[in-house]
Amino acid sequence: MNSNSLVSISDISKEEILHLLENARYFEENPNHKILDGKVVATLFFEPSTRTRLSFETAVNRLGGRVIGFSDASTTSSSKGETLKDTIKMVSNYVDLIVMRHYLEGAARYATEVTDTPIINAGDGAHQHPSQTMLDLYSIYKTQGTLENLTITMVGDLKYGRTVHSLLMAMQYFNPTFNFVACDELKMPIEYKEFCDQKGIKYTEHKDFSEEVINSSDIIYMTRVQRERFTDIMEYEKVKNLYNLHNAMLDNSKDNLRILHPLPRVNEIDQDVDDNPKAYYFQQAQNGLYARQAIICRALNIDIKEVQKS
Amino acid sequence: MTGKKELAVAALQNGTVIDHIPASVLFDAVKILGIEKLNTHVTIGNNLNSKKLGTKGIIKVADVEFPEAILNRIALIAPTAVVNIIRDFEVVEKHPVQLPDTIVGIVKCGNPKCITNNEPMKTRFEVVDRENVTIRCHYCGHSVSNKDAQID
Repeated sequence: MNSNSLVSISDISKEEILHLLENARYFEENPNHKILDGKVVATLFFEPSTRTRLSFETAVNRLGGRVIGFSDASTTSSSKGETLKDTIKMVSNYVDLIVMRHYLEGAARYATEVTDTPIINAGDGAHQHPSQTMLDLYSIYKTQGTLENLTITMVGDLKYGRTVHSLLMAMQYFNPTFNFVACDELKMPIEYKEFCDQKGIKYTEHKDFSEEVINSSDIIYMTRVQRERFTDIMEYEKVKNLYNLHNAMLDNSKDNLRILHPLPRVNEIDQDVDDNPKAYYFQQAQNGLYARQAIICRALNIDIKEVQKS
Repeated sequence: MTGKKELAVAALQNGTVIDHIPASVLFDAVKILGIEKLNTHVTIGNNLNSKKLGTKGIIKVADVEFPEAILNRIALIAPTAVVNIIRDFEVVEKHPVQLPDTIVGIVKCGNPKCITNNEPMKTRFEVVDRENVTIRCHYCGHSVSNKDAQID
């Protein structure tokens, strides 16, 4: 097991989060940096994901490293019945770092237990996706100038959305106020509300995506309401348009408000919002590159300060 | 003659008696302790009257003293169980079982998408709430109370 692995955002402390954000900012200013010269990184995607894989691979390439890997497990030995353990042990012989996405929950944690090569979890089922959380934090930090004392409104699928759960956990250090906007079927699970209670985090729950909620927000974090989450399709039809954001709804919002969305979006953010300067979801995706460069350096124990000096 | 036989079963010269096991989980406890594989005298009683529990189960194993870690594995399903160590017909040690911080390889994770249900590997749970005996999967984070835990 390598202690630089990153499986869950709860594995890292407040100081480490802030340090990663600082480094992400450095990479935004200096995206091309040959600090991974001679390093080989494996991207093992047992489940397809274009966005995450491409941004990790871009991050490695911009840092001067080499990438091997696969984007579809059906072309690998795991389709012949090879265990995850054997695949990880085999790949560990070749590379300095493994970035992996898997459809099974807990796969990345298990991978860290069978190898000494550092592992970065790029998503394990509906469980954890820490690099997404880091880019969300970086986007909030960049647009607000701080992570402290912000009002964050989470909208849509708060029950199954792993990005909102991880973001909520990561924000525990920064005294946030949350608004949870969702229908009964998709409201924030009790364990996360209990987590807020334990940590003294203020939150309110809303069924209406009202102007009042919008106007109080520094960040609105939109998520997609997925049809397959509903047992009753009538219920889906009833709520599917309740949590859509239109440009007119932002008329009296705060100047510093920014709209985030982990993407892909369908219709929960209307196209007319895209040109509003408060729309930030495309830049948010771009921030993923810098956040991932910072995460990769942490995993490989590369001190950016030393790099800056040289 | 009959009386003597009954006494021979009831009293242990040396060994372990595990008492106050809730009747509903007695056979799970038997399984967890691996008692089926023992060759020594084993007596199992169930649905016996108990002031504390209503009905209880009891396991008596001759000539075996289990390591503490093994005994504590049943604390998850039978937190009320009490262990008696018998030497030369005397109870030399008597203590309740203690729930460990982590439970390896006894409970099956209830999440079908958990890695532990798809790889040849041991499960691992952390105790997150001792009062209500709730455990959480070390891998996928799925939580379960002891009443709903499936014994593998």
